[in-house]
Amino acid sequence: MSVMSNVVLEVRDLTTKYVTRFREEVYAVDHVSLQVEEGKSLGIAGESGCGKSTLALSLMGYYFPPLHYTCGEIIIDGRDISAMRPDDVRKSILGTEIAYIPQSAMNALNPTQKVIHFVEDVFQAHDPFKSKKEIHEFAKEAFETLGLPEEVLQKYPVELSGGMKQRTVIAVSVLLCPKVLIADEPSSALDVTTQKMVIKMLKGLMENGFIKSMIFITHELPLLYNVTDDIMVMYAGQIVEKATAREAVFDPLHPYAKGLMGSIIVPESGLRDVKLAAIPGVPPNLKDPPVGCRFAERCKYVRAECKVAAVPLYDAGGGRAYRCILSEEVLREAYQHAG
Amino acid sequence: MPAEKDPCLSGRGVTKVFGFGRTRTVAVDHVDFDFHEGEVISIVGESGSGKTTLAKVLLGLINPTEGEVYFQGKERDIGSYRKKKEYWKQIQAIFQDPYCSYNIFRKIDTVLLDCIHMRGGRGLPRAKKVELMAEACSFVNLKFDELTNKYPFELSGGQMQRLMIARIFLLKPKILLADEPTSMIDACSRATILDMLMQLRDEIGMTVVFITHDIGLAYYVSDVVYIMENGRFVESGSADNVILHPKETYTQRLINDVPKIYEEWDLSTV
Repeated sequence: MSVMSNVVLEVRDLTTKYVTRFREEVYAVDHVSLQVEEGKSLGIAGESGCGKSTLALSLMGYYFPPLHYTCGEIIIDGRDISAMRPDDVRKSILGTEIAYIPQSAMNALNPTQKVIHFVEDVFQAHDPFKSKKEIHEFAKEAFETLGLPEEVLQKYPVELSGGMKQRTVIAVSVLLCPKVLIADEPSSALDVTTQKMVIKMLKGLMENGFIKSMIFITHELPLLYNVTDDIMVMYAGQIVEKATAREAVFDPLHPYAKGLMGSIIVPESGLRDVKLAAIPGVPPNLKDPPVGCRFAERCKYVRAECKVAAVPLYDAGGGRAYRCILSEEVLREAYQHAG
Repeated sequence: MPAEKDPCLSGRGVTKVFGFGRTRTVAVDHVDFDFHEGEVISIVGESGSGKTTLAKVLLGLINPTEGEVYFQGKERDIGSYRKKKEYWKQIQAIFQDPYCSYNIFRKIDTVLLDCIHMRGGRGLPRAKKVELMAEACSFVNLKFDELTNKYPFELSGGQMQRLMIARIFLLKPKILLADEPTSMIDACSRATILDMLMQLRDEIGMTVVFITHDIGLAYYVSDVVYIMENGRFVESGSADNVILHPKETYTQRLINDVPKIYEEWDLSTV
């Protein structure tokens, strides 16, 4: 494992679980390891119920029931935050080291207060000695750099459109210059035009030095391909494929990743000739995950050995990894035969 | 386009205005359209362009301020509730938000049973009804036995939307209005749902009016595309023509806004 200085966030074997009312344990994030380097963005793909959002929550190191920490390390700038107390995490990590944009970020704005009040709140929690005037100046400048009109600060959330609200929340969440920004489906509720604005802004954050690295979670692969440098595909709480964006989209190794690529819809010629290939079936119930490969039930290339023992993540070299018992050559050949 | 055939749904100068005075908003502005039988028609536009308002007018949920809607060659008459009910046997809808589309007090088998009753199957024996319902469920890859005593909110979003398609399968309407049926579900089940819709179209030969903001989706499913901007149709024609050779700058912008994988996605044009 590289201990290079430019790794901003390193996660080793992180496992978190949900405990249900009936004391059942659901491991929604199962031994996930990842690294994000400075200036890079990591994308996480997968269908709903694969543990993408749980991973995002777990990465913050701030756990509240029913989500519980089990094992693993989260290291930001050489500091292991998984061992910290929730209150300390909240004080010294959230906002300043890690910022999180949830799925429905725009609903986070208080309808009875102006946006500027929200900004003041953020500073009061983390930097109480700043005067109001300083905060206003700072916010104004930051909003300008991010391409938002400064009038937004003096408005109520109801006066803003959906896309504007989303961008406002993103802007406020990066005001304290966090090292890592976790964006969990920041554009799924928006139409394509506003989505593009949000994406442009997110890409601008890194160029303007507001954040050092980004983790972007979505199920829209074309979006992920355009935004991130690396892509991780998750299935049933585990990472099944790790690759650069180009490799993950055009040359996926894991059958599940391959299946996901079959659901891409883009308005380019040639789309109508291809039939969209959906993956049949549903993800396994994580209360009682299958012993062997978790994807075996839905896999086209399943063999008897698949269901016997848990499949480890194979390192394919060059930063690639995949979780399948078949070798690279066998998989590629199988995909070629399938067309 | 089969021009010699009569359109099954058409409109002339359809207009809908909300509010008056200072708050007057023209949501749909004198649109003309001809939807032919068996076609898949897409209406594409950004949010606020009046797509959903037009859908509501077509469904008869709101009355147009001006203009006429023609159904199967005749002027649509939905003056009374009874006539409206007759009309809704011919035209059905799938809405954007599956979580809000069901009556939360009714179980799933009641939902499906209602559809059978609506098609005049009230007198059928119970076993026959169950058979019909099971057939509809298996068409959309749901297991009827597991659903019978459940409420719709116990299902996932994708399952609910598939149940919606099962309803359409039982109702066999002439026209189906799908108002962003896949915008709230993830990319993986989206493909499944689109394929089911197309399969259903082939099976019962209905016309599908597909409303979306994602021009990629429109291109995948439709034969004819209408591009809507601020309540007007700015461009229309066959899907290949409109999307591969767009004439209007608005259409070009919509196409540019969708993330691409084979071409460069130009972020500078926002």
